Amino acid sequence: MRRFAELLDRLLLTPSRNAKLKLMQDYFRETPDPDRGLALAALTGELSFAAVKPALLRALIAERMDAVLFAYSYDYVGDLAETISLVWPAPRGATTNDTDISLSYAVEALHGASRSDAPMVLAGLLDRLQPDSRFAIIKLVTGGLRVGVSARLAKQALADYGEVDVHDIEEIWHGLEPPYAGLFAWLDGRAEKPERAALALFRPVMLANPVQDGDLEKLEPSDYAAEWKWDGIRVQAVGEGGRRRLYSRSGDEISAAFPDLVEAMDFAGAVDGELLVGRPPEHVGTFSDLQQRLNRKSVAAKTIRDFPVFVRCYDLMLDGDVDLRALPFHERRARLEAFLRNLDPARFDLSPLVPFSDWAQLDTIRLAPPHPIIEGVMLKRLDSAYVPGRPKGPWFKWKRDPHIIDAVLMYAQRGHGKRSGFYSDYTFGVWKGDALVPVGKAYFGFTDEELKQIDKFVRDTRWSGSGRCARCARTPSMDWCWKWRSKGSTARRGTSPAWPCDFRAFHGCAGTSRRAKPTG
Amino acid sequence: MLPSDLLHPRPEGLYCPIGNFFIDPVRPVERAAITHGHADHARAGHGHVLATRQTLDIMALRYGDNFATTTQVAMWREPVTINGVTLTFHPAGHVLGSAQIAVEHGGLRIVASGDYKRASDPTCQAFEPVACEVFITEATFGLPVFRHPKASDEVGKLLKSVSQFPERAHLVGAYALGKAQRMIRLIRDAGYDKPIYIHGAMARLCEYYQSQGIDLGRLEPATADQRTRADFAGAIIVGPPSAFTDKWARRFPDPVSAFASGWMRIRQRAKQGGVELPLIVSDHCDWDELTETIPETGASEVWVTHGREEALVRWCELNSIAARPLHLVGYEDEAE
Repeated sequence: MRRFAELLDRLLLTPSRNAKLKLMQDYFRETPDPDRGLALAALTGELSFAAVKPALLRALIAERMDAVLFAYSYDYVGDLAETISLVWPAPRGATTNDTDISLSYAVEALHGASRSDAPMVLAGLLDRLQPDSRFAIIKLVTGGLRVGVSARLAKQALADYGEVDVHDIEEIWHGLEPPYAGLFAWLDGRAEKPERAALALFRPVMLANPVQDGDLEKLEPSDYAAEWKWDGIRVQAVGEGGRRRLYSRSGDEISAAFPDLVEAMDFAGAVDGELLVGRPPEHVGTFSDLQQRLNRKSVAAKTIRDFPVFVRCYDLMLDGDVDLRALPFHERRARLEAFLRNLDPARFDLSPLVPFSDWAQLDTIRLAPPHPIIEGVMLKRLDSAYVPGRPKGPWFKWKRDPHIIDAVLMYAQRGHGKRSGFYSDYTFGVWKGDALVPVGKAYFGFTDEELKQIDKFVRDTRWSGSGRCARCARTPSMDWCWKWRSKGSTARRGTSPAWPCDFRAFHGCAGTSRRAKPTG
Repeated sequence: MLPSDLLHPRPEGLYCPIGNFFIDPVRPVERAAITHGHADHARAGHGHVLATRQTLDIMALRYGDNFATTTQVAMWREPVTINGVTLTFHPAGHVLGSAQIAVEHGGLRIVASGDYKRASDPTCQAFEPVACEVFITEATFGLPVFRHPKASDEVGKLLKSVSQFPERAHLVGAYALGKAQRMIRLIRDAGYDKPIYIHGAMARLCEYYQSQGIDLGRLEPATADQRTRADFAGAIIVGPPSAFTDKWARRFPDPVSAFASGWMRIRQRAKQGGVELPLIVSDHCDWDELTETIPETGASEVWVTHGREEALVRWCELNSIAARPLHLVGYEDEAE
């Protein structure tokens, strides 16, 4: 149990993706079955318990300690699970032991408990564990570890550990069950790759590279088809042997949140497309409409009625039981058009191709899309097979230019790791009347040289600050203005907090007294 | 005689009117008895200072030889009488030379424990409980949430991380007096024998500890003069936490910031401070140590000073011990 608790604590405080991968790989290497498989299930959200509600935790602790002392403690710590893990009094004479009580022992005990026994079983475990392990257990049973690891990242760590491609894991993932003994046996080289055991499994998605300077000159326009890039979320709808599943592009199953769509999935095949809100073909809702439907475990009837979803289809990976992925794009496209004729057009429609003759013409089209929910165009080589991952060459995305605002640097925070000792994370604001209102944060998009300049500016002009955060000077004559590109759509995705923006195009102009206003 | 006739708080610090002296005064006074060398307890500019040999040495290192007009060495457990009041110094287990001061007059004994801890520490004399009527305790970690784990386990975490990330430097933030030397000694006890790099601010105190027979192994300055960034890969560097946020930290490769402190018990505190590897090692008592020590002294009354007084006072009430907060000002909560 202690190793698992340590892993969670390190993941929580480790900002770097690579370091997180390393921590997880080492854990998989050092931890025996079935504990490592259960930890994997915990990290990927596949482990669930008869939910323990905060009220129950409060009741357990109220039986064990003075209410006033608990109130002081909770007030200081602020997090219920953490407070209880720390103040939990070990019963007289008990010795706590995290190493003998394994994760699997704890999971079994909790799974085996009836609803009425669950509090007693939980208390029995807490009695015998040390604070960090208590915290891990409480987080497990209350649901949600929140250690900054996505299911996708955990799978990547698994792939690195076994030196296999992450797509190979995604493909079989939904047919596997915790504690994944067969999967680890394969990754350890002791067994064959597990068979695709379940129906309607996920197939790894093909992704595009952004068009960069000089790319297009090397490409022949007639080799490519163009289509609109819609601003929803990429999904895969799979029907096989009567089983229907809807996946996000990272392979997480999201069927439960979209019963209206799943009902319409009376087909055998695998469709790749964009999940949007609206009533096609004319009406497409905004991304914030779509957000009403995202990140939900279940959905209310009214929400389904007000925000119906549909899939605008890009590709067909599986037609009946025939795998089309090796076929060229234009053949798959023809099969897709035929396939969609049998589906409900209110739920599945075709993403139209955009005719063009040369790049300049396409550029003009790209900059004036016919619908606000279009964020650019996609270029797909007509002869390209459907390949998992982001191969360079067959598919490109060519987005609409980002919006630009001038903003004032309000706060700067010091970074971690390679950026230790530099103010590298910035909060920007814009003027609203006489007040500066924070509008977003940015922490990438600048060169090392620019970072040095900004850091120097912050150090020279900061006028207050505590901890890692400096408050920047902003007397009228000291405003620091930026040209700043906002990648609107990425920012609005539910996963990223307020606008992590890329300010590749910043121009520092210290000493101006210009009041910045949002533009574009 | 009431206990408050023997000792009571004044703006300068805890005052004994009969003996006319202060304990750990925060402003210059004529006569001071000092528990230990941390800057908020030991200040320069007093007339006469009574303290242990090591505390006096540490004060001289920090403030220069003329930090007081006259000084007097208090020997362990040997009573010293000032104007009819007897003072006896007993080890407090906080840092090298740290003492509790037992103040006695007319059959009443009050122990001012200064800062203290009960956990084992190879770099200082171990705390000795002293029977008394009134016990004055600190409450830096006076909340039931503070439960310090075994320091050796925390150092184990550090060394594991060093082996997991050999390409990165590990910066261990530690207060320059006491914590730094204890961390270095603990790292040595865990079997790490490579040189440990130290920030310049710690050099003199580390040297002093070594002169007092505390072996810290090979220490090298963490200077960039003759070393490139790559030379610090896999290295352990000990420095004051404030330095890590400074430009000083840029000389190290992709540093892992570790911080050795009792505050690291609270995850949000670590996260907000940008600490990647919190090491819960403290030179103060945790809640369990505080609540075990109070009954051990046999005190019928407890005075609680700097920290989270209210929770410890509440605990005393629940255990039928008279208690009150002293509200002394000027002691740092954050230093640790």
